[in-house]
Amino acid sequence: MRPVDLVKFTFLALRRQRFRSLMLLVAVGLGVSSVVVLTALGEGARLYVLGEFANLGKDTVIMLPGRKETSGGMPPMTGTAARPLTLHDADVLARTVPGVTQVAPMVMGNGPVSFKSRERDSIVIGTTGAFFTMRFMEIGQGSNFPEMGVDEGRPVAIIGQKLKQELFGSTRAVGQWIRLRDYRYRVIGVLAGTGDSFGLDLSEAIFIPVASAQTVFNIHGLLRIMLKVGEHYSVEDVKSRVERRMTELHDGDLDVTVISPDAMLSTFDDIISVMTLGVGGIAGISLLVAGILVMNVTLMSVKQRTAEIGLLKAIGAPAAQVRLLFLSEAILISIAGALAGIVAGALLVYTGRQLAPDVPFTTPAWALLASLVLAIGTALLFAWLPAQQAAEMEPVDALGRK
Amino acid sequence: MINIKGVNKTFVLGDSVVHALNDVSLDIEQGEYLSVMGPSGSGKSTLLNMLGLLDRPDNGQYLLNGIDTFSLDENERARVRRQEIGFVFQSYHLINRLTAWENVEMPMMLSGVAPRERKPKVENILEKLGLARRGHHLPNQLSGGERQRVAIGRSIIMEPSILLADEPTGNLDSKSGMEVTEILEGLNRDGLTLLVVTHDNVMGDRAQRHVRMRDGAIESDHRHDETGREHAAG
Ligand SMILES: Nc1ncnc2c1ncn2[C@@H]1O[C@H](COP(=O)(O)OP(=O)(O)O)[C@@H](O)[C@H]1O
Ligand SMILES: [Mg+2]
Repeated sequence: MRPVDLVKFTFLALRRQRFRSLMLLVAVGLGVSSVVVLTALGEGARLYVLGEFANLGKDTVIMLPGRKETSGGMPPMTGTAARPLTLHDADVLARTVPGVTQVAPMVMGNGPVSFKSRERDSIVIGTTGAFFTMRFMEIGQGSNFPEMGVDEGRPVAIIGQKLKQELFGSTRAVGQWIRLRDYRYRVIGVLAGTGDSFGLDLSEAIFIPVASAQTVFNIHGLLRIMLKVGEHYSVEDVKSRVERRMTELHDGDLDVTVISPDAMLSTFDDIISVMTLGVGGIAGISLLVAGILVMNVTLMSVKQRTAEIGLLKAIGAPAAQVRLLFLSEAILISIAGALAGIVAGALLVYTGRQLAPDVPFTTPAWALLASLVLAIGTALLFAWLPAQQAAEMEPVDALGRK
Repeated sequence: MINIKGVNKTFVLGDSVVHALNDVSLDIEQGEYLSVMGPSGSGKSTLLNMLGLLDRPDNGQYLLNGIDTFSLDENERARVRRQEIGFVFQSYHLINRLTAWENVEMPMMLSGVAPRERKPKVENILEKLGLARRGHHLPNQLSGGERQRVAIGRSIIMEPSILLADEPTGNLDSKSGMEVTEILEGLNRDGLTLLVVTHDNVMGDRAQRHVRMRDGAIESDHRHDETGREHAAG
């Protein structure tokens, strides 16, 4: 039998049982579209996190207080340390460890920021000018923090774009004095663009010198220290030198954790890939349900068309051909359902991207392929038994039954 | 071309055994025109199904064109049916979703013949059966006589050597029944071996050879010569 004839014959048979065909199509379509959508969510999350880390650059290492084992598990994002990181640590590392070219100690908190009568609660980040270069953040208006010692507090601030809009509207912010809690700062710079970072919208943040922030929040320790590795140094070497130096500084205890973005990235990547796979698997189960439907529908089809099977056999169709005719009904409908599911899923993914433009929802190619293969495989697997039943019928029995 | 010898077929229904074919022997020559008659339940259809390789007898011998059909597996039996045997059934057995054209074309389509080769053959057959303008109609848009003619078209498109018809006029009025009978006889005149199972004495009498069955056995088997005199066949 020619493929064109097979498709035509199958199509006519499917059209004849429109409701059943439609039901199957929807079932397979739902299964496939859920694979498409759920894996897009997982992949979107993965790409989002990857993008976040890309903001850091490969030549940056992060030091957190406290000792955490980083192998395998989630990297520590916040640390409760026995001994805090200090500005002195940051200063020593910057001056004495070869390969460390810049340090950006960080302190973070919340506070009301006001200009004249306008006030906003915003994220307060205490750091140094190196922070912006390390995070590839650009100062749009004004300038970065002036050269100063890390432990020097000055009443200057850089604010994010959104905070600037909220406090100043369209009027010029640079040069104006704003208030944070009981302290006054002169705005010296405004960040260009928006910058999301780990769910924080940095365009809503205010940045002040780290020593100033310690005063504002009345704390001594640091949240973390970011260190930039010089161009010709190996990140791993510098990392272990930093660890050694810290051990000396902290009386022989290695009570800090130094992580390189590469290690963190691959951990995240692994975790999210596994999640995506799991989520895709769950969606695959819905295809299995569709498969059971395929089996029932094919069984019904075989029962109802017994006389036709008898005729096919009478005019000399071999068993394999009869089987093929019934299998191809299930396969054709599964391909149609899978295509419909891919289109529907792609539309949903597209909608998701419009709703959350920051998360790059995309169905990975392997998931598309897998859902197609799974849909067709399911159809084959579940239609096989009924189709085989049709193939094995005795011609005279099939003809006689109505 | 057909030689059967000592063929038996029994059906078990509950605890009663039906001897549908009881030691049947029959030889049919190429080009013969036979009618098989007899009361309902006498085994006519069972005989026809067995001859058409739709059913297997319990024992005996069946040679078709010299081939021992008992030694064929199901695939080979399908091939013989496809190439050598045409069937016409009382209930037509047309596929309702296919047009008259497509029903006639089906055996060729299943055999993988190219549409270019199928077209002239189907056209030719529909023309010959008086269905030239009916090709694009579905079976339920056709009269009983037309449906049976479509079924005949389908049975001959593969150019079989024998045509087996089980009560082909059983569902038809006498006028369309006669048309169908004449078509079948025309095919026989062109060389096709024709075996017709019928209840209809008029139709049965038109054949050159009359086989009568009773209780699964052949009761009588007569040839008619040109003068109309009967003598025993075989
Ligand atoms: N599949 C079957 N199962 C049981 N009995 C059958 C079957 N087919 C035919 N028979 C019996 O075999 C006998 C002959 O049947 P059949 O050949 O159809 O008769 P006819 O065609 O002469 O009317 C009948 O008694 C019928 O009931
Ligand atoms: Mg009968």
